Amino acid sequence: MAIGELLSILLLLAGAVFFFAGTLGLLRFPDIYTRLHALTKADNVGLGLMVAGLALQADSMAAVGKLTVIWLLVLLAGASVAHLIAAAARQRGIVPWKR
Amino acid sequence: MTLLPLIFDGVLGFTLLWLAWQLLGSLALFRAIVLFIAFGLLMALIWVRLDAPDVALAEAAIGAGLTGALLLAALARVEPPGDETANLHPEKDGQGDIVSVTEGGGLPFRRWLVALHLVLACGLGYAVLSLPSAAPGLSEAVANNLALSGVSNPVTAVLLNFRAYDTLLEMGVLLLALLAVWSLGRTPDAPAPAAGGVLALLARLLTPLLLLVAGYLLWVGGRAPGGAFQAGSLLGAAGVLLVLAGWRLGRRFAQLPLRITLVVGLALFMAVGLSVMLAGGRFLAYPPASAGGLILLIEAAATLSIGMILAALFLGSRPGSRGGQ
Repeated sequence: MAIGELLSILLLLAGAVFFFAGTLGLLRFPDIYTRLHALTKADNVGLGLMVAGLALQADSMAAVGKLTVIWLLVLLAGASVAHLIAAAARQRGIVPWKR
Repeated sequence: MTLLPLIFDGVLGFTLLWLAWQLLGSLALFRAIVLFIAFGLLMALIWVRLDAPDVALAEAAIGAGLTGALLLAALARVEPPGDETANLHPEKDGQGDIVSVTEGGGLPFRRWLVALHLVLACGLGYAVLSLPSAAPGLSEAVANNLALSGVSNPVTAVLLNFRAYDTLLEMGVLLLALLAVWSLGRTPDAPAPAAGGVLALLARLLTPLLLLVAGYLLWVGGRAPGGAFQAGSLLGAAGVLLVLAGWRLGRRFAQLPLRITLVVGLALFMAVGLSVMLAGGRFLAYPPASAGGLILLIEAAATLSIGMILAALFLGSRPGSRGGQ
């Protein structure tokens, strides 16, 4: 197996691990703010690693460019929507969880 | 390694069925809508697995995205937030799980309904499994006549040339849906978000990008997955984003120019079809020499109309019906 393919597989697996961690956070964290934090942080890093892994297998630089733009858009959308949900939750009076 | 695709497809199919079960059985409407959006996303993945990227694009944009937004907007107007199961009276057992709901028919009626549905599902499954496995259908006829259609993407050729009449009627159906929504009267206006907030920034950043990608999808639809409906749904999404950010159509544009934009897709389609008929051909039978240009023209007008119709469906009431808006 070529070194490029091996690296691509490792990056994809690492991305999958981050997605799994984000989903675990969504299921197990105590309140909405911590869940949002886990989702956006872990999923953005996971998607970035997956995009890096796919970029190694891409056919052309145009495809790499498109994948990177997709990742940046998901970053933008994820961060904005997380902020909006947290602001709406705060407005509705949900207090952050304290130990 | 042919087992891996099989496992992947099996997981996709099973998750789709499980999602459908969960969302149909959910009493909380917000949860059902969120599950519906996830259902649409998985459906788009399945379309990709079935080698139908055009349908996958349309499903992801319209089925999951815009329909989900429409359902959420309707839910926000019907139920105040935080009041999700106020109209139902569930009975809970010892552990607090809901065992039955006092609305709807009794238990024997529901059992007969489930049995009927199982019989229907078995019949459908038998019919699908007894289809021949290699059924090319009309794909050979399409492939033979693709050179005459003016485009090189067989999906666009079928949609805009060979079966253009169906697409014409689809545009009419969309327009009728908008007329039906507008005839229902005014909807309560949603409170405008804070100016300069995150939503406004998102709208400012994303709208030019959405317009660009919509133009790209329109242009590339002739030779790759894309086309009028996908591009139009992106325009509709841009409209939804602007509506959410508090932007409203100016009063000058809300009367005649808006209505012109809404009907220009259907009108241009019919005009092209009729002019071909007047020039000696049959209705919507484009001459092969100019078919490519005609298809692009029709698709451009259709994109504009579809985008405006979808955004207007999301807004709900007729713009400018409040006076001074």
